[in-house]
Amino acid sequence: MTVSDAPPIVSTRFGLDDGHTLEGYLATGGYEGLKAALAKAPTEVGDEVKAASLLGRGGAGFPAGTKWGFCPPGVWPRYLVVNGDESEPGTYKDRLLMEKDPHQLIEGALIACYAIGAAQAFLYVRGEMALAQERIAQALNDAYVAGYIGQNILGTDFSVDVVLHWGAGAYIVGEETALIESLEGNRGMPRLKPPFFPAAKGLYLQPTVVNNVETLANLPWIMTNGAAAFTRLGTEKAPGMRLFTVSGHVKNPGVFEVEYGVTTFRDLIYDPVYGGGIRDGNELKAFIPGGGSAPWFLAEHVDMPLDPSIVGPSGSMLGSGAIVVMDSTTDMVKACWRLVRFYARESCGKCTPCREGTSWLEKILARVLAGEGRAADLDLLLDVVDNISPAPFPKAKTEAGDWEAVPFPYKKTTICDLGPSVGSPIVSALLHFRGEFEAYVDQGVPVEVARV
Amino acid sequence: MPRLTVENTILARDIIARYPRPKSALIPLLHLAQEQDGYVVADAMEHIAELIGVTAAEVLGTCSFYEMFKREPVGEYLLNVCTNIACLLVGGEELLEHLEGTLGIKPGSTTADGKFTIEDVECIAACTEAPCLQVNYRYFYKVTPEAADALIDDLRHGRRAHEVPKHGVLARTRQQIPQATRAGNAVPGLASEPVWLRTAAVASEGGA
Repeated sequence: MTVSDAPPIVSTRFGLDDGHTLEGYLATGGYEGLKAALAKAPTEVGDEVKAASLLGRGGAGFPAGTKWGFCPPGVWPRYLVVNGDESEPGTYKDRLLMEKDPHQLIEGALIACYAIGAAQAFLYVRGEMALAQERIAQALNDAYVAGYIGQNILGTDFSVDVVLHWGAGAYIVGEETALIESLEGNRGMPRLKPPFFPAAKGLYLQPTVVNNVETLANLPWIMTNGAAAFTRLGTEKAPGMRLFTVSGHVKNPGVFEVEYGVTTFRDLIYDPVYGGGIRDGNELKAFIPGGGSAPWFLAEHVDMPLDPSIVGPSGSMLGSGAIVVMDSTTDMVKACWRLVRFYARESCGKCTPCREGTSWLEKILARVLAGEGRAADLDLLLDVVDNISPAPFPKAKTEAGDWEAVPFPYKKTTICDLGPSVGSPIVSALLHFRGEFEAYVDQGVPVEVARV
Repeated sequence: MPRLTVENTILARDIIARYPRPKSALIPLLHLAQEQDGYVVADAMEHIAELIGVTAAEVLGTCSFYEMFKREPVGEYLLNVCTNIACLLVGGEELLEHLEGTLGIKPGSTTADGKFTIEDVECIAACTEAPCLQVNYRYFYKVTPEAADALIDDLRHGRRAHEVPKHGVLARTRQQIPQATRAGNAVPGLASEPVWLRTAAVASEGGA
C-alpha cells in the first residue's frame, strides 16, 4: 500500500461544525486565495491555473485553465456558470463541498470570474439538494455584506454578482449545454457542438465558462500556495488531490480526498483508512471506476493508479470519481438493468437513437430479468448499443466472438454522451458475465452466485 | 385556482431582476409556485408566463421536463427512495418494497389520507450512506426497515416538522442581493470589457 499522507486541499473543513459559516471560513484561511488573486493581474491568475494543470473534476477531466482560454477575445459579457448539478450514479462529493464549505466554492468562483473577466456568475445547484441551497444562500448573503461579492470587491475595481440558481430534477442538466438551456428557462436538452461550445456561444449565446464545483473549490488553495505546490502533488498528468466516492460492497464507504495519479483503486477499496476491503469477507467481482457511465473494471484492474491517462486507454474513465464496488453476491444482470433504466428514464428525448434505444434496452433487459428473455436478446442488446455508439465495437467483435474492450471513449450518433453511456453497463456486463445473462435466458433464474 | 400571492409576486419580481433575461427565472419561479400551493397549479403557470413575458405553453413546456415539478397534488410528505446502483447493492429495493408494504401504495401514488407519496428515484448523491431516501428533499441515511417505519410514524404525528418542511419548500434561506452593493446584471449587447481587465492591461503596459 502506498497511501500518501499529503494533506487535503478541498475537504479541510468537512470535519468542522462551523466550516460553512463566514466566521468559520475566515478563521481557517478563508478568502485569502481571493486576496492573493486580486493582487495579481487577471492574466497572471489564468496562467497560474494553467500551470497547475487543474483537470476538471466533473467528468470530462479537461484542464480548467485551458478551458478558460477558449473564450474568444473582445466578446462581452462573459459568464461563469458553476455546475452543481451532481447526479452521476455513485457520485457524492460536490454536494458535500456545497453543504460543508460553500464559501470555498464561492471564493473559487470569484477567482475564476476575475481571471476570465466574467461580470456575472450563476451557481446552478441541483434542485433536490435543499440543504446545499440553504447553505449557499446564507454564504452568499454573508459574503455580499462582507464585501466579497458585488461592487468593487475588497476595494478593487473587480465587480461581479453571483446568483444562486436551482435545478428541478434532470440528470441531463449536468451536461454543460443542457445546463445552459436550463439556466435560460428551457427544457434541459443539450445543444449541438459545434457551434454551441459554451466558451464561444454559451449562456445567451455569450462566451461562458462552465466549471464543476470541485474544480473551482481547488482555486483558493492554488492561489494561496501556488501552482508549483499543486503540481508537486500527484503526477504530471494527474496533479493535485481529488475527491473519490467509494460506495457499494465495501466495509467503510466514504468520500476520500487522495493524491491524484498516485493512489490506486486498491488503496481506495482495501486500505483500512479508506474503503476497508470487501464486506463480509467476500470477493471483489467488479467495480465501476468513475460513475454509472463508466465501463466496469475487474479485480485485475485494482492496482491501476487513479490517473485518467492510464484509466482511459485501459477502456474506462475516472469520470466523476465515483467508485462503486460489487462483490461476489451481486446479480450482474440486475445491476446492469438498473443502470440501463437510469439512462432510459433520464434521456431527454432530443436524439432518436438515445430516446428509442435506451428505452428498448431497458425493456429487453427487464424481460430477460423476468425470465422471458430470448436467445437472440443478448446480441440484440449489443446491436441496439451499436446504433447509439457505433462500430467497430461491439458488433464486429461479437461476430468475431472475441471481445477485448469496451467501446471507449464513446463514438456516438447522438448530441451528447448520455446515450452512449448506456452501453457501458451493457457491454461490460455482457463482456465479463455473459453466463449470468444466459442463465436468465435459458432457465429464467439468476446464475448461482456465492450467497453469504 | 391560485395565482401567485401578492408577497410571492414581489418575491418573483426580485428573482427575475437577478437575471439578464427574465426567462432564466422560470425554474426558480416554478419552485416558488410549488412552495405556495404544494404543486404547480395551472393558473400559477399563467401568472409566471405574464411575469416573465412568455406564453403559458412555454412555461408548461419547461415545467413538464423536470422531475421535481408536480402538476397534480402529492402527499404532504414526498418519500424519494433511491434504488440506483449504490443503493441497490445494499438494500435500496428492499427498502422501497418495505415502504410500499407499510403504506399500502406503489411508487408514484399517494396514500388515501393524502399524507404520503412514494417515488422510486434515481441517484440522490448520498451513495456512501446507502440505502438512503429523502422526505421533501431532506436526507435520511442508512435507512433500515425499522428506521423507515419509525420515520413514517414520526412524520404521521408531526414529530419531524422542524427538519422536514411541507412539500414544495426547498431552501428556507433565500439569497438576498443588496441593491446598494450589487454589481448589476451583465446584459448581452450592453456590456463592454470589464473594467478590471482594462486597468490591469493599462498597468502592465505602463510597467513594460
